[in-house]
Amino acid sequence: MNILSFLVIIPLLTMTGILLVRDTKKVRIVAAIGMGCQLILAGVLVWLYVSAKRSGELQGTMMFMKSVEWFKSLHITYAVGVDGISVAMIALTAVVVFAGVFASWEMESLKKEFFIFLLLLATGVFGFFISLDLFTMFLFYEVAVIPMYFLIGIWGSGPKEYSAMKLTLMLMGGSAILLVGILGIYFNSAPNGGNLSFNIMEISKVTIPISAQRFFFPMTFVGFGILGALFPFHTWSPDGHASAPTAVSMLHAGVLMKLGGYGAFRVAMFLMPEAAAEMAWIFIILTTISVVYGAFGAVAQKDLKYINAYSSVSHCGLVLFAVLMMNQTAMNGAVIQMISHGLMTALFFALIGMIYGRTHTRMINEMGGLMKVIPFLAVAYVIAGLASLGLPGLSGFVAEMTIFFGAFQHPDLFHRAATIIAVTSIVITAVYILRVVGILLLGQIKNSHYDELRDAKWYEKLSVLTLMVSIIYIGILPGGLSTLIRESLGPIISKLF
Amino acid sequence: MSLENFAIMRHELLLTAGFLIILIAEVFTADETKRKLRGFSIILFSVITAMGFIPSPEGSLFGNMYIASRTTMVMKNILNIGTLIVLIQSYNWLGKPENENKISEYFLLLLSTLIGMNFMISSGHFLMFYLGIELATIPLAALAAYDRMRNTSAEAGIKLLLSSSLSSGIMLFGLSMIYGITGSLYYSTVAANLSLSGLAVLGFIFFFAGMAFKMSLVPFHLWTADVYEGAPVNVTSYLSVISKGAASFIFIILLFRVFPVIVDTWQNVLWIIAVLTMTVGNLFALRQKNMKRFLAFSSISQAGFFLLALISGSELGMATLIYYVLVYIFSNLGAFGVVAAISNHCGKESMDDYDGLYHTNPKLSLVMMLAMFSLAGIPPVAGFFGKFFLFTAAAGKGYYVLVTIAVLNTIISLYYYLLVVKSMFINKNESPIQTFKSDGMTKLGLIVCVAGIVVVGFASGLFEIIRNLSFGI
Repeated sequence: MNILSFLVIIPLLTMTGILLVRDTKKVRIVAAIGMGCQLILAGVLVWLYVSAKRSGELQGTMMFMKSVEWFKSLHITYAVGVDGISVAMIALTAVVVFAGVFASWEMESLKKEFFIFLLLLATGVFGFFISLDLFTMFLFYEVAVIPMYFLIGIWGSGPKEYSAMKLTLMLMGGSAILLVGILGIYFNSAPNGGNLSFNIMEISKVTIPISAQRFFFPMTFVGFGILGALFPFHTWSPDGHASAPTAVSMLHAGVLMKLGGYGAFRVAMFLMPEAAAEMAWIFIILTTISVVYGAFGAVAQKDLKYINAYSSVSHCGLVLFAVLMMNQTAMNGAVIQMISHGLMTALFFALIGMIYGRTHTRMINEMGGLMKVIPFLAVAYVIAGLASLGLPGLSGFVAEMTIFFGAFQHPDLFHRAATIIAVTSIVITAVYILRVVGILLLGQIKNSHYDELRDAKWYEKLSVLTLMVSIIYIGILPGGLSTLIRESLGPIISKLF
Repeated sequence: MSLENFAIMRHELLLTAGFLIILIAEVFTADETKRKLRGFSIILFSVITAMGFIPSPEGSLFGNMYIASRTTMVMKNILNIGTLIVLIQSYNWLGKPENENKISEYFLLLLSTLIGMNFMISSGHFLMFYLGIELATIPLAALAAYDRMRNTSAEAGIKLLLSSSLSSGIMLFGLSMIYGITGSLYYSTVAANLSLSGLAVLGFIFFFAGMAFKMSLVPFHLWTADVYEGAPVNVTSYLSVISKGAASFIFIILLFRVFPVIVDTWQNVLWIIAVLTMTVGNLFALRQKNMKRFLAFSSISQAGFFLLALISGSELGMATLIYYVLVYIFSNLGAFGVVAAISNHCGKESMDDYDGLYHTNPKLSLVMMLAMFSLAGIPPVAGFFGKFFLFTAAAGKGYYVLVTIAVLNTIISLYYYLLVVKSMFINKNESPIQTFKSDGMTKLGLIVCVAGIVVVGFASGLFEIIRNLSFGI
């Protein structure tokens, strides 16, 4: 059996295990074991990929390719395969899910259901990253989105029903537009006769007629873009993140939003490069707005989760921005940014959840001086913050540096102007991050009962450390990740020019 | 008739035999043991259903009045399976004291409508088709009025009868025009002699309007909600699933075999009607609180999606429609099964009553959730595959605008399907429906539906079988 299929099977088995467990207290242990195995599997996958790459065994870019016929008459196959980018994304997902399980260790109501939906979401994400077939990719995409409705609606806080419905409908709306795009690609996948195909690798070998591309590229790009919080379709994101329970915010901002960025270049740009080149300017304008607007939005907020949600809009906008720059360096940065933002935002949301669990408020002006009472969480928050504003030595710096460096390589005024505008977001990011750190962690303790707060428990530490180690690792040794990505970008870049 | 002829029309003959056996059994059962007729009839019908799957030759009878092909057999088998589920779901309800003296009537009426539908599907001549459709409709009106002491049920019966006779009249008017042009009512002759003319288009539109009544397409849908609400739940599920499925099956055959010449006309008509049906059905479903009315409007909008497959006019479209009807049968019957179980237990039919259902009856809620997701087209359940293929069929012929409108409609429909899920899983309720145990038959009915919802999608073999049917007929 193909090693990649295990990435989908393990979460499914874990879900079955959770169903079978009688004692609801053991549910979390089963989930942790399952996701631990998943993390190990992801590690093995990275190692296998890197060693195959080094020894030169790997011909072409995709590895562990496997294709099983499913719906023969429609040429739908279950086709899987990974390149460096998907391997990196899978590793990211495994880390975040693992941390997410520990972040929801103290889940109180309906434990079984919570973990089952959480793992269903993870199944969808893993399935999406290994898919090479547009049909299965789309299937997994929707499988990843729909559990969000339950996770936010049942276990969320605040106006959870509203947020859950808004998020689900907007994301499903995105997938609906995407569906039209996918069908358009499918029916134009054999312009010179022959069999139609849903397989990305097959389709990439032909050139889809430009007239069709002009119609279907925007649909596909916007379809994925909605999930990647593309302005003006980002409004689901702040509400959704703010209402979601901790682990769900982590997974959603950390991983699910990356499906948007990943899909945008793996499907929209890779398969329809000509239209992408033609229309990039429209989306560059939109993503530039995303980047700056998101940052300003974060400055204006007082609720920790909203701050972070807007910051996600800004950072994910940067991913799409970099993708649209269409050169090696910027795209390299886009992938690093996806990983880096995934880890960092997951860490943020985990910490916010933990702080909220202690102080019972998320309003920054109601808190203060937390550094004195919960130093571990506070230090972790500072590290996440510094990564977010791009301090050298942490993952955020590597990503943003690469993106802006790549973007500025374009000699024309438009691209440079867009880049300069987008760069300002770094400054704004620094403003809101440092403001939060100042108010929240430093200064006087505002509320006397905060004196009795307890610092992180072991499972919280485990969750935080998993993410923090990854952030620092990428920040200090970005070389490994870059090599993983760079060669896999080759075929995509070469199609774009 | 030779033995082979019997084999060719075995579906109808078996059903007729079953009908007669139940009739005789009814006569020879004492009043105290009438309840046993339920189990007996269900077992009898499951035998009939199973025998329908025995392979048999294709062929035509009565001078091409009756045609049996592999396609029609698959269609009939699908209808049989659906009917079997409906019967299983009715078991509990029929055992109620007020229904005790009319148990056999239910089976007899239901079987005679099914016989009508089978003849309709196999017809090769408009007269045969008309006989079939009337045989299918009139007993349905009686079924809708089954709870005759209840005003709404009697009203439903009358409404169904009046609207269907009106639609039959319109349809016959259209057919008479077609007869005037071609001089024949044989499908083959009509197809050969029909040409694109004003009269042919007019005749087709009248005919189409009649059919649209049966399929409850907008703007001919107004009877649907009242009838669905008034009729007993199990009859409603039969109406919305089997009756609609049969109407769309015969519609495929007629469009592809009789009216291929005016394909441009009917594609234009279908385009408009599809958009109207999906949108209006959806918009009305948004505000419904009664579960039966809600499912009525949802089934109207589903009928709009059926048209997406028809409009493509391709073999893929035909295959996806048959496949989608199969998916739809399982999903809708799953939903109706839950509604029926709850309605029979405590008489509650409003969506607000479902608040907090998950906490008291988790299994029923899960079945309902799967059914809703399947109707909305959410993976990994069968509805997703069905919808995806429908859109593929329509997009294959370049109807991208229509597909875009349709996918936007699925989002609207997702909203109201999620409302049901929300009320079961998220909403709090002071006095939720109490935990109750369903009887074995209700469980069996729901398990079959869930199995269908889950398996039909993944089992690609099923789709391939339908895809490979010969559509030449």
